[in-house]
Amino acid sequence: MRTDPLFQPVVSEARATRSVSLTFNDQPLTVPAGISVAAALLMSGISRFRATPVSESPRAPYCMMGVCFECLVDIDGVPNRQSCLIEVADNMRIRSQEGARDLICQPMNVRTVEVQS
Amino acid sequence: MSQDRHKVVQSDVIVVGGGLVGAAVAYGLARGGVDTVILDQGDNAFRASRGNFGLVWVQGKGHDLPDYARWTRSSASRWPAFAQAMMADSGVDVQLKQPGGFHMCFSDKELLERQARLQTLQDTLGDYPFEMLDAADLKARLPLIGPAVIGASYTAQDGHVNPLKLLRALHTSAQAKGAQLRSSVEVDRIDCAPGEFRVKAGQRCFVAPRIVLAAGLGNPALAQQVGLYAPVAPNRGQVLISERVRPFLDYPTINVRQTDEGTVQLGDSMEEVGLDDGTSTEVLAAIAKRGVATFPLLRDVRLVRAWGALRVLSPDGLPIYQQSSKYPGAFVVTCHSGVTLAAAHAQRITPWVMGGPRPDELKVFSGDRFLTDKVFSHAH
Amino acid sequence: MNHESVDVVVIGAGAAGMAAATRMAGLGLQVVLLDEQGSPGGQIYRGITLAPLSRRDLLGPDYAHGNQLAQALTSSSVRYEKGASVWQVTRDHQVSYLREGHLYTLDAKAVLLATGAMERPFPIVGWTLPGVMSAGAAQILLKSSGLAPSEPLVLAGCGPLLYLLGWQYLRAGVTIKALVDTTRPEDYWRARRHLLTALRAWPYLRKGLELMRSLRSAGIAQFTGAEQLAVEGEEEAQALTFSVSGKAHRIATRCVLLHQGVVPNIQFSQALRARHVWDLDQLCFRPVTDPWGELDVPGVYIAGDGAGIGGAQAAAVQGQLAALGIAARLMTIGTAERDEQARPLRVQLESSLRIRPFLDALYQPKEQNRIPADEVMVCRCEEVTAGELRSFVALGCAGPNQAKSFGRCGMGPCQGRMCGLTVTEVIAKARGVSADEVGYYRIRPPIKPITLGELAGE
Repeated sequence: MRTDPLFQPVVSEARATRSVSLTFNDQPLTVPAGISVAAALLMSGISRFRATPVSESPRAPYCMMGVCFECLVDIDGVPNRQSCLIEVADNMRIRSQEGARDLICQPMNVRTVEVQS
Repeated sequence: MSQDRHKVVQSDVIVVGGGLVGAAVAYGLARGGVDTVILDQGDNAFRASRGNFGLVWVQGKGHDLPDYARWTRSSASRWPAFAQAMMADSGVDVQLKQPGGFHMCFSDKELLERQARLQTLQDTLGDYPFEMLDAADLKARLPLIGPAVIGASYTAQDGHVNPLKLLRALHTSAQAKGAQLRSSVEVDRIDCAPGEFRVKAGQRCFVAPRIVLAAGLGNPALAQQVGLYAPVAPNRGQVLISERVRPFLDYPTINVRQTDEGTVQLGDSMEEVGLDDGTSTEVLAAIAKRGVATFPLLRDVRLVRAWGALRVLSPDGLPIYQQSSKYPGAFVVTCHSGVTLAAAHAQRITPWVMGGPRPDELKVFSGDRFLTDKVFSHAH
Repeated sequence: MNHESVDVVVIGAGAAGMAAATRMAGLGLQVVLLDEQGSPGGQIYRGITLAPLSRRDLLGPDYAHGNQLAQALTSSSVRYEKGASVWQVTRDHQVSYLREGHLYTLDAKAVLLATGAMERPFPIVGWTLPGVMSAGAAQILLKSSGLAPSEPLVLAGCGPLLYLLGWQYLRAGVTIKALVDTTRPEDYWRARRHLLTALRAWPYLRKGLELMRSLRSAGIAQFTGAEQLAVEGEEEAQALTFSVSGKAHRIATRCVLLHQGVVPNIQFSQALRARHVWDLDQLCFRPVTDPWGELDVPGVYIAGDGAGIGGAQAAAVQGQLAALGIAARLMTIGTAERDEQARPLRVQLESSLRIRPFLDALYQPKEQNRIPADEVMVCRCEEVTAGELRSFVALGCAGPNQAKSFGRCGMGPCQGRMCGLTVTEVIAKARGVSADEVGYYRIRPPIKPITLGELAGE
């Protein structure tokens, strides 16, 4: 669910020269190249990254440096990835991490990214 | 909490050791209305109870000593009622599940050895149902099993529990029934007089007519002081725990189980490395490899923590239960299957400690069985 | 698993790591520098090599200084491996890491931990809601992505980083709705005995005063002596509530940035079972080292904020001192030469640490924000509250490891990073003993997660 973005580019910065297209829960997003997935989601209006396994509470990044493990999302079929440590890439498919990962309903070893026509 | 300084604490029984064995014995005593004090070490003690796998495991045990099989089964069959009692007394659900368990085999030789072992038990005990499964049978029961597993043994008697919740349930229940816990206690010595044991720990002193030593690796030194011989030594098992995963494995297996919280636990190894509860990359890798061979879908699951746990192992791997003949009223209770035997410890040890007859199966578990002529001269 | 022998492994490419690695390479040692980020700089100099000039200007001269360290690193013979996630360091100097899906192990003659600091947890009601972040997190978004909050935000807590961020936001034209400071008059009073020493660090002090003056004259709503901080909201942050002198306040906002200082990241040093002590000024555990940064684990050194909070300049100097210590240990230089080269560094170090006692006293985090009320979540991963933790103590838990086994706190993915200090202090207070006596979580590998397949070597 998208809301008004919590973060936006600082006005004084020149626009990034390259953009990247990816999806979050199947919604297409266009973000600057070179930033982390967590930063990309925050600037795109995503304020809920996951639901906790214990109580399904909504969570979002807290520390942005790989310490808090709150920014976990599913990237290209691999669950529970620390999105603040991963750079955005074209055609990335990002999904919110809804509780504990599911081994059975998930294809194993999904590493290749389908190229969208 | 600086209680007991310069004060003598009196009770009916002192239990030395607040791990799974000590807490289970204390719970049984307290439930029986016995005034019990539990003495426990501090936060950084070795604590076998924090390291174990959580299996309530019957199959294969006692193949070389039928009484061990009998004692184990008597505990497993009492476990459901035991879990309910703890739930009622503490409000903690220890998540007991006894759906039966699998012991995986990766070669024909292993499978044959396994069959022989279980057959021996069936021949000796009479009533010992088990199944040997080949790869196809196994696949039908556990669809996610990997191709490297060529077969397994299964018995319906096996199960698992949440060992940490068990420890908490035991402590809560024991205290709810009036047992008192003293933590951060290091026992300096035990003075024995007829009908009275005085435990000195720093400036604290605990007195009771009966004492149960359930101090794990601390037992050898303490046992000596009450005329008992309990030569247990550390044996390291390394354990891996994963991130939480949605339920995919209902059955416990000897090396892989999924906990009630969804984490996947993998073990186990046996090493004699003294008091070293660290881990080694080679062993961790071997455990991971076997886990992935068993259930290939575990390949992409993340390891979150690994530890070494020091089992309390006697020279023959079997428990030690004995009352001191030199100082009657002093008991040693030690084993490496503190989870499986918890029900028996809570329910069948109490009458014996309080002066009743020793349970039949325990006759063969005296510590004296390890005494040779050579050793005897040093023991007392 | 691939094994390789090297002279020295440095973990962390922040100020300390970059300075140390560069210096050791200059002394002829074969150095491998491992860092999990994609570019050097650690946290203080995060993104320094990638930041456009306008951003460097915005962030201020102290940040820009990091570029010198990064350039020196690049021109050195240090083998710098980025995107390397170290999951284990053993007492006999084996460093295992994950890089691009493969595990590697380096057998080193010496290891330098330079993994720096992390934000002190700020456990208050609602701190787990989306929209609540640490000030450090916001600063990282600024440094590495050029992002700032898009709507009026609230800065809450105390400490130089909070005010620095505010100043940087002002320069960037970002609207700060309020600065809610927990500092009280008593704090100034307590800090006064360090004032003379602080005055000897006049340049730093002056910078700070100017920064505060800019904030003050910017027309932001400012509150001091704030207590009872809490974040209101259901699915995300909606407001920050607090009280000042008994009067209740509520500021509506979707973005709450909390800060009450940074603390050493002790995951590796604890996993190595190095000796740590509770620092009574900084209210955190830090490892015990000799003057060269060596732990009581022979051949393992630590430099920078991971050894005790001192800031980026001190970190770079400590890195160089550790470099000398290691070089002497490996007999690349003699002890006389080591001491000779260390002399000017020790002077520099003393100078850069001069301001610390004053800052530590003035911005000491408040007890109610370290030892929270029963309802506050202490362990975010496993969702354990302070009240539950206290109930374990009542059951007989003497320390964090027993508490962990009773209630799972500290067992989640972050493995105690976000709750460790809080748990120690809650237990210490409940038992009426010192934090040193209570101790800390037993930290175990993997320090960063690896998959079972990666571990199995498949």
